Amino acid sequence: MTSERYVFPHKHLLGIEPLSPQDITALLDQAQAFEEVCERPAIKIVPALRKKLVVNLFFENSTRTRNSFEIAEKRLSAEIINFDADTSSLNKGETLVDTAMNLEAMHPDLIVMRHSAPGAHALLARHMKASIVNAGDGAHEHPTQALLDAYTLRKHFGRLEGLRVAIVGDIRNSRVVRSNLWLLTRMGAKVTLVGPPTLVPQEMKATWPSIDISHDFDAIIPKQDAIMMLRAQFERGTGAYIPGQGEYSRYFQLNPARMKQAKRDVVVLHPGPINRGLEITSDVADGPNNLILDQVTNGVPVRMAVLYLLSHPHGEQVP
Amino acid sequence: MPAAPGPCPMDPGQMEAALGRLAADLLARVGPGEEVVLLGIRSRGLPLAERLATLLRASTGAAIPVGSLDITLYRDDLTEMVGSPIVRPTEIPFTLKERTVVLVDDVLYTGRTVRAALDALLDHGRPRRVMLLVMADRSGRELPIQADLACLRVEVPPGHRVAVRVKEIDGVDGVSVEAC
Repeated sequence: MTSERYVFPHKHLLGIEPLSPQDITALLDQAQAFEEVCERPAIKIVPALRKKLVVNLFFENSTRTRNSFEIAEKRLSAEIINFDADTSSLNKGETLVDTAMNLEAMHPDLIVMRHSAPGAHALLARHMKASIVNAGDGAHEHPTQALLDAYTLRKHFGRLEGLRVAIVGDIRNSRVVRSNLWLLTRMGAKVTLVGPPTLVPQEMKATWPSIDISHDFDAIIPKQDAIMMLRAQFERGTGAYIPGQGEYSRYFQLNPARMKQAKRDVVVLHPGPINRGLEITSDVADGPNNLILDQVTNGVPVRMAVLYLLSHPHGEQVP
Repeated sequence: MPAAPGPCPMDPGQMEAALGRLAADLLARVGPGEEVVLLGIRSRGLPLAERLATLLRASTGAAIPVGSLDITLYRDDLTEMVGSPIVRPTEIPFTLKERTVVLVDDVLYTGRTVRAALDALLDHGRPRRVMLLVMADRSGRELPIQADLACLRVEVPPGHRVAVRVKEIDGVDGVSVEAC
């Protein structure tokens, strides 16, 4: 349990990379306190972010992440402005910095942003006084997804250290993987990346030396405590790296035959949205080992914890 | 108010006796058919609530539910704080509806914690009534709030605080007035 004297030292959540194990533990512990709020029989709202203005700035489509953030903000009693790229001045040629300066003029306290450009958040952080939360930047990081995955695993297993986690699929194009790799390796989990050689860049071992890389799902499946299936992102170019969907499914789909090879109590995660019948079959996605909807549920308290810990200005801060 | 307020400072034996009197005073205040639950305000209110429940069970034979309340998110100075204070779990695994809720804390001082606790508990349900029970009721109120039951009422000079220690957290029981 996080010490009462601990102070979250970051002003922004740009990624998992800058977080220490203690910071990650604090976020997960706080999420546990906020889960109690979300599970209350009566009023699921606390006045923690009263009088704080949160801007949701989504330059890329997102349904579940945005909804989850918005629910988290409402449960913290924040004032919310939603700013959508398709209705914004960006379509009129405004630069991101100009957009940021215009927002800054309205004194927001927190900005939750999704943007296709890695580093867009760091740019915004340099131009604004508000705390920036990264809700996904290109294929770089998606820190709140990794935190909710970790929260789901920790809640189920009681720990992260020593857990064997396979992350399977389009590793190359996934921001979820990068945030998960920072988080899981830092917390002492043993991660194996699985996928066709074209979708699993070997150089990832240089950044995360403790991980394993495998192209043989069947060989590694029996040892895993958790299997995190990734979405085959054909809209983001997964298709350019593989011969075809049939071939992809033959080697990397999580289906009943592969589940028979896994530990009986293995858990299955997926960040969604699911391509049913492609990377995972419906009987597995809806089966007894899946925690996929628990991930969605846990997303709200995890995002509440992030917003809460960033919501109070500190004396000395690190980005 | 107990018939015979306890001494100050208190040693472990005096504190145990004072808690016993407090439990008896509480029972005297509860009508027939009234369903009592105890809510300990974190940190030190919780072990005090648990001990009171044990004492009440010993004298009535009935198990009294004990919950914990963390008031951090309801503090009136939260927005002004530097660094977000860590929120600890609130655990109320029972209904508050139509119950008599006894809020338990170590010291009643400004009244702000109790104000926050009232807001927090009302978000969990609508009790029949709420009582406030504290170890030490000290001077310095900033809100119109008072204790229904207290082991000790004490005037404290400026620059001093009332320290209630409980063995579950501090390793030893005791009450003393100390310079801040």
